[in-house]
Amino acid sequence: MNKKEYVRFAEKKAKRSPCFKNCLLAFLIGGIICVIGQGFGDLYSYLGVPDEYSPALASVTLIFLAGLFTGIGWFDKLAKVAGAGTLVPITGFSNAVASPAIDAKSEGFINGVGARMFIIAGPVIVYGTLASIIYGVIYYLVTI
Amino acid sequence: MRKIIDFNNVYIADCATTVGKDESEGPLAGSFDNTEPDPYFGKQSFEKAEAEMNLRTLNTLLGKCRSDGSGVDAVIGGDLLNQCTATSFAVKHLGIPFLGLYGACTTIAEAILIGSGMISAGAFDSCIAMASSHFCSAERQYRFPLEYGNQRTPTSQNTVTGCGAFMLTNAEAAIKVDSALVGIISDNGIKDQNNMGAAMATAAVNTIERYFEQSALLPCDFDLIATGDLGKEGKELAEELFRRKRLDLFGRFTDCGTLIYDIERQDMHSGGSGCGCLATVLGGYLFRRLKSGSLRRIMLIGTGALMNPNSILQGESIPSVAHLITLSAV
Repeated sequence: MNKKEYVRFAEKKAKRSPCFKNCLLAFLIGGIICVIGQGFGDLYSYLGVPDEYSPALASVTLIFLAGLFTGIGWFDKLAKVAGAGTLVPITGFSNAVASPAIDAKSEGFINGVGARMFIIAGPVIVYGTLASIIYGVIYYLVTI
Repeated sequence: MRKIIDFNNVYIADCATTVGKDESEGPLAGSFDNTEPDPYFGKQSFEKAEAEMNLRTLNTLLGKCRSDGSGVDAVIGGDLLNQCTATSFAVKHLGIPFLGLYGACTTIAEAILIGSGMISAGAFDSCIAMASSHFCSAERQYRFPLEYGNQRTPTSQNTVTGCGAFMLTNAEAAIKVDSALVGIISDNGIKDQNNMGAAMATAAVNTIERYFEQSALLPCDFDLIATGDLGKEGKELAEELFRRKRLDLFGRFTDCGTLIYDIERQDMHSGGSGCGCLATVLGGYLFRRLKSGSLRRIMLIGTGALMNPNSILQGESIPSVAHLITLSAV
């Protein structure tokens, strides 16, 4: 058996992730997180927050809760079941920043927490910012 | 040397093991010397915890052997951390000469092989072979932060939190180290670090095949032929490769990564891995069975994946190696 044949053989033998179950759970739990976010938005509107600020405030609340749940060790247990359901909403981003920060505290606040906090979220920030600049330039040229 | 190494008068006087919570709740619970439910082992970081685990294991071993360490010629061992600090930071407290090893998950087989060679050649009278791994420090080094929320693939394995240490000696004892075979590195093209069983299976099969080509012994002469940490996936691949090569192991073949956890109940995907896997299964479960006489002669194959996080990011495949040792009850 050469390398290619072995890789194919091993891939064929490898147990697959339960794709349908994972998708269904991601849809359900991700949906529930979004409903909770909407609930916060509505609550803030009800409490008199102007409509343009309440969605941002709802996002901040979800970020806070995801960070809190990461800190007390609940988030990874939920994410194990929910998968993309916790990753895709803003909760995933919060966890991606909070978890390396917690992890790196044994190396101190500067070279540990400060340096390693963005080790997972860094690419998202870099390429997200870059994409938004490109989008802005295109938008500017189209509407000039 | 490509030949089987036959040792003269090398014995295992005793051994000691320390494991974490998951291992102490698995099917082999009760066969380990020390268990610690706290992943920090009372320390401030997981790296310090692993060093503490290793020190406790060494102290337990010295206690069992009624030694203060002064008669021990060397500690030979290693772990998975950068520069093997978990082992060296533990051994620094004992004042025993130290040889650090990096053999990935083959470390305990490699340590016993080298230690037995030194004793057999008359260079040492006694030495300690040891290896450890810690789930949390290994996750930090090789994968994601612990609290990061992700899903693991079914082929991924769980790094064992555990340390095993063995006192090798030239004074006759109940268990003898008979022979060893150094593995040849195998690169079979697997690049998925979540399927290390597939990466290591060919190395294990190659070493076992080479052993039986040279040895007068047959697979049925062994009560057990156990690989270190191929996991469920890797074990099945190895079994298929043995079938294709028409090498019949007479149902003696097993893998320590599938023994240490109750894979379904503990949700361990493909099973256990890490240097601590073979070290604790051998030091706990198999050593007891050899002593009680329910196993007479066994073959152990430490299996190691020789990648690091950068080699994976650079798109390299995962080379692997497997070292073989055989033990028997006297």
